[in-house]
Amino acid sequence: MTFHSKRSLIKAAGWASLVATAALVGCGKKEETPAAAAASAAPVAAASAAPAKPEPLKVAFAYVGPVGDGGWTFAHDNARKAVEKQFGDKIVTSFVEKVPEAADAERVFRDMAGQGNKLIFGTTFGYMEPMLKAAADLKDVKFEHATGYKQAENMRTYDSRTYEGAYMAGVIAGGMTKTNTIGVVGSIPIPEVIRNINSFTLGAQSVNPKIKTKVVWINEWFNPPKETEAAQSLLNGGADVLMQNTDSSAVLQTAEKAGKYAFGWDSDMTAYAPKAHLASAIINWAPYYIKATGDALEGKWKGGEASWWGVKEGAIDIVSISDKVPAELKAKVETIKAGLKDGTFSIWKGPIMGADGKEVLAKDVVADDKFLGGVKFYVKGVEGKVPGDK
Amino acid sequence: MLKLEARPESSKLMSVMSPVLALAITVVIGTILFVMLGKDPMRGLYVFFVEPLKSVYALTELAVKATPLILIALGLAVCFRSNVWNIGAEGQFIVGGIAAAGVAMTADKETGRWIVALVLLAGVFGGMAWAGIVAFLRDRFNANEILVSLMLVYVADQFLGYMVYGPWKDPAGFNFPQTITFLKSTNVPKLFTGFRVNIGLIIALLAVAAFWVLLFRTYAGFQLQVGGLAPAAARYAGFSSRRALWTALLLSGGMAGLAGALEVAGPLGQLTPYVPAGYGFAAIIVAYVGRLHPVGIVFSGVLMSMFYIGGELAQSRLGLPKSLTGVFQGLLLFTLLACDTLIHYRIRWQAARPAPKAAVPIVSSANTATTGKGA
Amino acid sequence: MESFALLLAATLNAGTVLAFAALGLLINERAGIVNLGAEGMMLVAAVAGYATAVHTGSDWIAFAGGAAAGALLAAAFGVLVIWLNTNQYATGLALSLFGAGFSAFVGIRYTQEKLTERPRFEVPFLSDIPFVGPALFKQHPMVYIAIALTVALAWFLYRSRAGLVLRSIGESPESAHALGYPVRRIRLMAVMVGGALCGVSGAYISVVYTPLWVEGMVAGKGWIALALTTFATWRPARVLLGAYLFGGVTMLQFHLQGEGVQIPSQFLTMMPYLATIVVLVLISRNATFIRVNMPASIGKPFFPGS
Repeated sequence: MTFHSKRSLIKAAGWASLVATAALVGCGKKEETPAAAAASAAPVAAASAAPAKPEPLKVAFAYVGPVGDGGWTFAHDNARKAVEKQFGDKIVTSFVEKVPEAADAERVFRDMAGQGNKLIFGTTFGYMEPMLKAAADLKDVKFEHATGYKQAENMRTYDSRTYEGAYMAGVIAGGMTKTNTIGVVGSIPIPEVIRNINSFTLGAQSVNPKIKTKVVWINEWFNPPKETEAAQSLLNGGADVLMQNTDSSAVLQTAEKAGKYAFGWDSDMTAYAPKAHLASAIINWAPYYIKATGDALEGKWKGGEASWWGVKEGAIDIVSISDKVPAELKAKVETIKAGLKDGTFSIWKGPIMGADGKEVLAKDVVADDKFLGGVKFYVKGVEGKVPGDK
Repeated sequence: MLKLEARPESSKLMSVMSPVLALAITVVIGTILFVMLGKDPMRGLYVFFVEPLKSVYALTELAVKATPLILIALGLAVCFRSNVWNIGAEGQFIVGGIAAAGVAMTADKETGRWIVALVLLAGVFGGMAWAGIVAFLRDRFNANEILVSLMLVYVADQFLGYMVYGPWKDPAGFNFPQTITFLKSTNVPKLFTGFRVNIGLIIALLAVAAFWVLLFRTYAGFQLQVGGLAPAAARYAGFSSRRALWTALLLSGGMAGLAGALEVAGPLGQLTPYVPAGYGFAAIIVAYVGRLHPVGIVFSGVLMSMFYIGGELAQSRLGLPKSLTGVFQGLLLFTLLACDTLIHYRIRWQAARPAPKAAVPIVSSANTATTGKGA
Repeated sequence: MESFALLLAATLNAGTVLAFAALGLLINERAGIVNLGAEGMMLVAAVAGYATAVHTGSDWIAFAGGAAAGALLAAAFGVLVIWLNTNQYATGLALSLFGAGFSAFVGIRYTQEKLTERPRFEVPFLSDIPFVGPALFKQHPMVYIAIALTVALAWFLYRSRAGLVLRSIGESPESAHALGYPVRRIRLMAVMVGGALCGVSGAYISVVYTPLWVEGMVAGKGWIALALTTFATWRPARVLLGAYLFGGVTMLQFHLQGEGVQIPSQFLTMMPYLATIVVLVLISRNATFIRVNMPASIGKPFFPGS
């Protein structure tokens, strides 16, 4: 044998013995949880024989960011805890954080299924394809996908009407701005975010027709240093009230440093910048998660649906409105909230003009969900062009 | 006090044992970490080292994760052995993926399965072209290949962003930055239904054999290695360092590009901004821990994959943070590099001696003129 | 006009982050050691600095904490690379990977913590001058310290004996060794000082620039700093200017967006890296150029007695 191949043989032996030792150690640990024991060969989860007492439903959550981001993922995790509180020992929840929006996500979903989870929530758009693939093979698992647009027999989508929160924030912004310029730090130029920018503008215009909205895109959901720089650039451009569609509190903190105003987003961010904070447009995922879990527990869960919940269902709210906001402005926001709750108020009701001067909604026409879902234009008052617009 | 004393001859035993020792130290530190976090260390080790091997499904997932690492590391091994430092494999991976996506998107409903071969070839050429830039700049302008290849990683990343946000964005995708989902005919064929492992695994295993032959059984491989170990001797023997440079870079670029193509046309099935997964950098560790040897690389590739997958599992099973994976990977390389010194030095006890005065020139003691790289 | 002054101010701020790190790396590389672990050191220093600020309430102690963390990691790197002669690039990479994981790990409990209100700094009188005032004189003291540091470093390298010794070690450690200088000890000191400066930069990011901690928040600035050192051909003044340039690119990008200019942002972001490659080509294409500009022993291991 040559030197090299003898060496690699010794190496192989060394590795094999190491792995064997580890395996022996592992095999010695027979006190595995029932879930791990059930994780045998096929990706299809082997259902254990039905015991006399109903086994708790296992629910799993996949997060794109860290639980501590204080924004998007934080809101989801809070809702998960609310579900735990609601259903007690009828369910068992678990989560995996920082699951990338890539091929790895599929493995995570399959592993969750292999662990016995029967209801799996994927909390970001980028999980759409991986989840579809997993759902195709794992027919007895129910999949819920946030902010997506593809469904399957055992997969459905859910989303929140963040534009309602954006509109109400806009009302406050329109009343509080002194330079008549408000700014938005945008994440990724998808319809949801563009719609939010538009709604923010419409809200501000309803109390102050003179305002202009400046937008800066960072092309990411979460990047605190970049969010800081984007916010700074908006402030440099004359904006004195900022909103964001990104996931951290950096924009708020930048506004505070500069003595200007901003809003919290996704979660209540008052604590991060008490002086600059005007209000937080939050998402409350708990009502939907509780309903979905309840459906699964009672056997009422049906795939293929697309839910879009807002203020009416308790999924969106604007909270912690600062004392700096004058009473009449606060009252106006409360009226709008009530109107959204009982359906008497519509944000997207014509006449609405696009930034190019053409009318996009005729007088008194109320936009339907299909229209809202495809918003790719700026309304009048928003400066610049939508990125990627030909 | 402990002193390092040069060995008269490199220790063969330590060459083999060094990675094992490094792994053992990493495991020990890991155990301490688990205990500090209040988790059962045996359970922790189990999740990292046994669970990824427990079932057929788990093994196939391991293969899916290890394939790109092994492919890239094979190319890097050739590079590092030739003393060419290609740190930019990640960039070549990305460009390979872009090229592959470009070809995949030309498919229509009529296209047959043969397009997969084209897709993969496109990936190879894409990666080669990107590495070729590095080779050209080094060859023609003497520009340091480490920095150039590293810079090109960022350029490639931004280029990918440009393509998925702009010209290649899926028109039906609601303005999300991603391309269309590739047609099924372009997908890399899976090996077994129900599992994600695809022919990339076969390609990787074949590559291992091919690289072994190249490095240890061909004249070209011999030239490359001598060029790396003893450049002066190589020059005297007439081995062209220029040819070695181009070969090493094109080969490693091609392998990285192939890995990128497999990833994009395989598990992903489209191009997104998240294609760069850090494989290009992790492969450097894989190459080192595998002693720059094709067979060793298979083992170290599997080991690294276990760290990745174990880290994911540790989250859902034990509530451990994902960052542990990075800690372990970094620790492993650190300890490996430290243990590698034992190949050339041994530890001796010595009574403290007064330090020599600064002005006295030190006479050269018997010392092998090694370059400190593993052979 | 006012927005341009503010752009300038923001550029100075962003550039300071890079300047500290790049100057530290410059000291390293002048001694002949390339530390690819800059990103890892900055991350660990960022979390260390943030934690220190949370517990002590003092920014300056936080900077010291960050510097200490950076120096410690650099020392570990230094021992491996200088005494055990491990491969510098691989060891640096290991440090980066380890630092990323370790900082995320340690920082978990700090993601929910907040710092006390950040003070605002102004130079009296000077900050009231129109345009120049807001552009230059409303900065955090560290911005001015960075400038002072650049001057001091230039003086040190080119006008002091110690600087000469450091440079000679970078050019030819064997000759310096033959002259009796403790090459390895000096290299270790250089590495540690470099690590400390990277640490200061990291702490600045988490305590001043974006006062919060989230994992990965350094977001690649360590790698930019590495590029920057090369781009500036290892001269302190050029490093500072380059730092402002590179730091300004992101701000410029947003500024242009705000003005409605439609260049795809990715091309702007690419610029610093492409520029570095161009500079590399320019300085390397001629053997004389390289000798004049690049410390000769960069990356090569040193064996006393060989």
